[in-house]
Amino acid sequence: MAEREQIRKPAPAERETEAAEAPAASERADELKAELDDLLDEIDEVLETNAEDFVKSYIQKGGQ
Amino acid sequence: MAVPKTLGIETEYGIVHKGTDEPNPIAASSVLINAYLHDAGYRTDTGHESVHWDFIDETPGIDARGYAPTGAMPPDVETHLVNAVLTNGARYYVDHAHPELSTPECADARSVVLYDRAAELIAVRSMQAAANLLPPGEELVLYKNNSDGKGNSYGCHENYLVDRSTPFGRIVNRATAHFITRQIYTGAGKVGAEAPGMSTDDVDFQLTQRADFFEEEVGLETTLKRPIINTRDEPHADARKYRRLHVIVGDANPSQVATFLKVGTTALVLALTEDDAFTRDLTFRTPVPAMRQVSHDMSLRQALELDDGSTITALEAQWEILDQSKKYVEAHGTDNVGGETALDVLQRWEQVLAGLEDDPMTLAGQLDWVAKYRLLNGYRERHELPWSDARLRAMDIQYSDMRPDKSLAARVGLETIVDDAEALAATTEPPHDTRAFFRGRCLQKFPAAVVAANWDSLVFDVGTDALRRVPMMEPLRGTEAHVGTLFDECDSAAELLRRLGN
Repeated sequence: MAEREQIRKPAPAERETEAAEAPAASERADELKAELDDLLDEIDEVLETNAEDFVKSYIQKGGQ
Repeated sequence: MAVPKTLGIETEYGIVHKGTDEPNPIAASSVLINAYLHDAGYRTDTGHESVHWDFIDETPGIDARGYAPTGAMPPDVETHLVNAVLTNGARYYVDHAHPELSTPECADARSVVLYDRAAELIAVRSMQAAANLLPPGEELVLYKNNSDGKGNSYGCHENYLVDRSTPFGRIVNRATAHFITRQIYTGAGKVGAEAPGMSTDDVDFQLTQRADFFEEEVGLETTLKRPIINTRDEPHADARKYRRLHVIVGDANPSQVATFLKVGTTALVLALTEDDAFTRDLTFRTPVPAMRQVSHDMSLRQALELDDGSTITALEAQWEILDQSKKYVEAHGTDNVGGETALDVLQRWEQVLAGLEDDPMTLAGQLDWVAKYRLLNGYRERHELPWSDARLRAMDIQYSDMRPDKSLAARVGLETIVDDAEALAATTEPPHDTRAFFRGRCLQKFPAAVVAANWDSLVFDVGTDALRRVPMMEPLRGTEAHVGTLFDECDSAAELLRRLGN
């Protein structure tokens, strides 16, 4: 890990920007969570109806 | 010396014929492609379906190492199946029981994303056109993935033009390090494992579709005992100057950001390799197991052994390769790595590595494996399912469903790099900055006169004496800047050939 830090060498200004953005990132995580819940709410309608049969019948010939 | 990175990708789609008890994927692929050609107005009045692919320069059995190992099986070229050239310079054909779309030659990573999205739109239109031809209740469905979850894989291959004079061993070394470690952002995600000796339940979820299928470090095969570095030496260009590195390790990505990074970073790595700009070797002790280790490690923290006895994680290796690539661009500029687009590649590359280090889940709008994991894991937690539940495996497959109303990838809110209006135009318009422009314009303007085409030549029948072959051995000649005006001024193929000095 220390070695990687050495490789990146972020400038001090860059580090401050990252720190300032931290609260925004956590808000974004909350938004993403809400979006995922909405997505899961609507998704049942489009999922393949008989998952077991669908998975079993999804057989492909090998390609390249 | 690095040559400009002309590049492109070829995608074999999974195909399912719904509503029939006797599916025949080869016949289904032919129906699909012919339905598209008819629907899109390609001429069918000459007795053949479209402009034929010309196989005269196809030599997939020639090995880049300069010899063919005993027992190696060069791939056969299938010449009897549907094989069309499109007006955007792309190729649409049946390959190994799958429909396959190759992008035209592109000059940068953004152009690859554009023509890959155009290929998706062609796939969608093909399914719709086929539905109109098939009996009621039957349907052809395409999947942009690389595995059926039962040990059968099909590829999404990348192609990069490289300098013939670069020692092949150096390419093997540098490219292998990148292929093992780039998986952390190029993976399309998969439930379970299919590696030899592993049960599907040995791994809950892994980063890639494809890593389980690699068994050799270097080799000529593409369908069995697949190698990390494929040695097919078929440049489709002047063989004295160029190689085409045929890359078979990648996943097909619904995410445009993943495709952009996959080809953009690899083009940079190859340019650094040609100019011998890497300041240290990243030689992995056991590349084949390392491919799987990285793919099977959601934590991204697995230590991988290097030949010098030290260890490195995939993320650390990628930071190092990024750092070297930035220095390379500072020293050499972007002329050979896609121009200004290379700066965008570097920027996104850094953002993605920072995101992966901080919390991969923040990249659910950029990377396929993250988007797929987040969706499936959310569903799993809500319904309290084990990873082996068929519903999760079904969602894995359905992530790559090409039907817009069924595709889960289309619902997870992936960031796009090109918009669909531009991609729709690219289904018929060739890139302006490679030889694909010449191929595409000829097919747009003089389709009756072009009797055959392939990557490096066109064959014309202009009604006089012998057929005329126009070679295109330089991938960056025949661009709009070179021949755009000529096309505007010529009313016939005969005139075009005359003006070209043939």
